[in-house]
Amino acid sequence: MAQEISQSSATLIEAVGASVQRTSSHRVVIEDVNWQVGAGEYWVVGGRHGSGKSAFLATMAGLQRPGAGVIRHFGRELAGLSEPESIALRKRVGFVFKGGGRMFPDLTVAENVALPLRYHRDWAGGEAIDAIQGLLEATVLTGLADGTAQSLTTGWQQRVGLARALALEPEVLFLDEPVAGLEASHRMWWRDFLEQLSQGAGWARGRKMTLIVATSDYSLWGGARRHFGHLKDGRWDCLGERSEIPEMN
Amino acid sequence: MGAFLLITLGVALSKSNTARAVIRPAIRAQVVRAGVDLLPMVAFLACALGLAVIGQTVFLLNRFGAENYAGMVMVTVVVRELGPIVAALLVMARVGAANVVELGTARALGAVEALDALGIDPIHYLVVPRVIGLALAIFSLTIYLIFIALVSGYLFAFIEQVPLEPGKYFAQLADALLWQDFVLLALKTVCYGMLIAIITCYQGLAAPLRLDEVSRATTKAIAKCVVGMVLLDAVFIVVYLVV
Repeated sequence: MAQEISQSSATLIEAVGASVQRTSSHRVVIEDVNWQVGAGEYWVVGGRHGSGKSAFLATMAGLQRPGAGVIRHFGRELAGLSEPESIALRKRVGFVFKGGGRMFPDLTVAENVALPLRYHRDWAGGEAIDAIQGLLEATVLTGLADGTAQSLTTGWQQRVGLARALALEPEVLFLDEPVAGLEASHRMWWRDFLEQLSQGAGWARGRKMTLIVATSDYSLWGGARRHFGHLKDGRWDCLGERSEIPEMN
Repeated sequence: MGAFLLITLGVALSKSNTARAVIRPAIRAQVVRAGVDLLPMVAFLACALGLAVIGQTVFLLNRFGAENYAGMVMVTVVVRELGPIVAALLVMARVGAANVVELGTARALGAVEALDALGIDPIHYLVVPRVIGLALAIFSLTIYLIFIALVSGYLFAFIEQVPLEPGKYFAQLADALLWQDFVLLALKTVCYGMLIAIITCYQGLAAPLRLDEVSRATTKAIAKCVVGMVLLDAVFIVVYLVV
């Protein structure tokens, strides 16, 4: 059913017969993934700890190569791209890492968020910092902008990771367990903010963002208009609406 | 490591006009860290070198009536050999080791993958500024070190009442210096800087590391740098003999 929904809109992310392997061991953890993500969709990809969600997300986002099969972004097969083409597509896909967002410790919060703008648009520091003020406000990071990212708690670091991933205003955003280990107030904020991005509200300024969230706990993600995939025993155990996920019922 | 060097040079050339607003400040930061911040230490070493080696050499040459060779000995010992290697060793110890720790930690904590996710080339952002910065820093530090060593050495000889006038001493230096010395000094110091940067960046970045492996990678990088510098020095000795 989900695939029928996906095909009704432009396909942004597509996997055909793809296998996912761990970078550390090159062991295949998920096989034969056939998946399509349409524009504006909100996907929740679940699975137990160790089921390969992070490797799955990294592979679908183009950060690591599939062991077999094909990954396409915006209709372009990633394997055959030149470096400039690959970078052009990468800028349209954001990625939020789990466990603190992988900050650059020698940079301040504002510098971390502004780095992609400075690099890709060749903007001076001040120009880029000015450009991200709206994003810092939307993510409630304005008061923390001048401190180093390393001095923040994991919850706030995670939010800096989100702001940094949004700096280039990507069309698709992958989020790897964004609320794992966070306190309730942070979790609620994430749920509401991602809902806004999905609806094109607030900072998104009418542009509905395509979201793919990996989680080991479905409890926060049970909203309407969402698509669910569940990873189990190295395969897609279920793919479709919320009612089709056994772990949610 | 050869492939890493070629990739770095390829990225440096092909992306010389990319992200200048980020890369140029990063190069400046490396020059400050590996050059400006080391000026007091280099001045101290240069004085020690001048007093211990040069002053005594001039003093001995004078005892044997060979003071006319002072300039030639100074150029051979200080300009061609001691100056570049002392400056490079200092930069390796102070900055090269820090490179491995910083990059190894960044790799272990996933910051390199984060750069990749942002479409930022890790070689361009992390390695190229270090290669250019260290090459410029070692070249500049060597000139600074040679100048202070030659002057402090003469001051020591002067205190020891060696009858060698300043004008005569510096005229001997000027006569002994050939155009090849300037070219090869620049080339040698730039090669030392690139060698240290490439080896330390490679050890920090090339292999996936756990945090507990960073210290081992650091000692490995320092050992490789020392061996590489000795081999490079041997190559330049041959070049000096040929040209």
